[in-house]
Amino acid sequence: MECVFGLVGNGFAILAADTSAVHSILVHKSNEDKIMILDSHKLVAASGEPGDRVQFTEYIQKNVALYQFRNGIPLTTAATANFTRGELATALRKNPYAVNILLAGYDKETGPSLYYIDYIATLHKVDKGAFGYGSYFSLSMMDRHYHSGMSLEEAVDLVDKCIMEIRSRLVVAPPNFVIKIVDKDGAREYAWRQSVKDGPVVSE
Amino acid sequence: MARYDRAITVFSPDGHLFQVEYALEAVRKGNAAVGVRGTDTIVLGVEKKSTAKLQDSRSVRKIVNLDKHIALACAGLKADARVLINRARIECQSHRLTVEDPVTVEYITRYIAGLQQKYTQSGDPSGTFSAWKANATGRNSNSIREFLEKNYKETSGQETVKLAIRALLEVVESGGKNIEIAVMTKEDGLRQLEEEEIDAIVAEIEAEKAAAEAAKKAPAKDT
Repeated sequence: MECVFGLVGNGFAILAADTSAVHSILVHKSNEDKIMILDSHKLVAASGEPGDRVQFTEYIQKNVALYQFRNGIPLTTAATANFTRGELATALRKNPYAVNILLAGYDKETGPSLYYIDYIATLHKVDKGAFGYGSYFSLSMMDRHYHSGMSLEEAVDLVDKCIMEIRSRLVVAPPNFVIKIVDKDGAREYAWRQSVKDGPVVSE
Repeated sequence: MARYDRAITVFSPDGHLFQVEYALEAVRKGNAAVGVRGTDTIVLGVEKKSTAKLQDSRSVRKIVNLDKHIALACAGLKADARVLINRARIECQSHRLTVEDPVTVEYITRYIAGLQQKYTQSGDPSGTFSAWKANATGRNSNSIREFLEKNYKETSGQETVKLAIRALLEVVESGGKNIEIAVMTKEDGLRQLEEEEIDAIVAEIEAEKAAAEAAKKAPAKDT
């Protein structure tokens, strides 16, 4: 029931993810941040097995940092996406990671970009993408309303429309969402959308 | 004696490990490096051998980042330094991954010392480490250390930078071309100073020195 989706706008990329941590029929918490700030200009929204999700994304994060120290410049979003896919592919036939990832980044030379990477190491560069049952609703919504070069206000409005659809149409809909954006000024949290207040909002 | 220096695992009859002593010599011949700790700033400085005209001086870096909050300046064989730096960088990230906390300076120092000790099995430059307010290594490190012992006082910000540069100038021909300086602060992390900045500070120091000389001479003339 995890919902993760995102899109590319005019000079930025935006990601939204639900914030419920679920085990069987129990909701552990509803303020779990599933969008990791990978480095200054990259975001990773991950859904799937909670242990794998954290383990895998932190592993990618530390390797991206190591590259930067070794080489003096950060990895591009495309390079990071390919590295991530490579790690998933290597693990696939022995010990697969059950994690789906939307990677959003901003590069000075190429602008904003969004990559769809699923748990069996599919890699696609996309303008909009989504994972989970929520994707049936958010992708349809985005297909209807998305156009290239959307402004931040338009994009946030579209994200809110998607969240509305998920909340009203998905049988066990997650109540709360976190929205993060990445643009030339870096990756940062944009807003939370909470319909159930569960504890303080945890920002990194 | 030459028969006992072929391998690191061979002791000479009088108990020397020549390979280790040769390694120490290599460090002593290496370019001077100095570090000074201020109240809010840490400054690392390294002597830069005059670079060839066609060489891009920025590609020859003796002060490197191990992590956002840790920098390292080295003297000795650069190739060896590169190996150690690479291992240290990996350890910094590995530590962050396993304990969700950045390494402390002590931890990574201990780690590097451990690496070095594994290769040479004994004392400096491998095995012992300690915390200093200011220290120097490499060529003429003794004179630099003497200077620091005489002139060290708690400084902050630009004063710390000046102290480090003054210490290096004891053994290095003056000029931004021959010195590499990096400054680490809490807010800005590690910042390498540009040649022009270094030249400007060196000029300041020379002016202060000249003023001090003049002041010393002037009273003598009166009497």
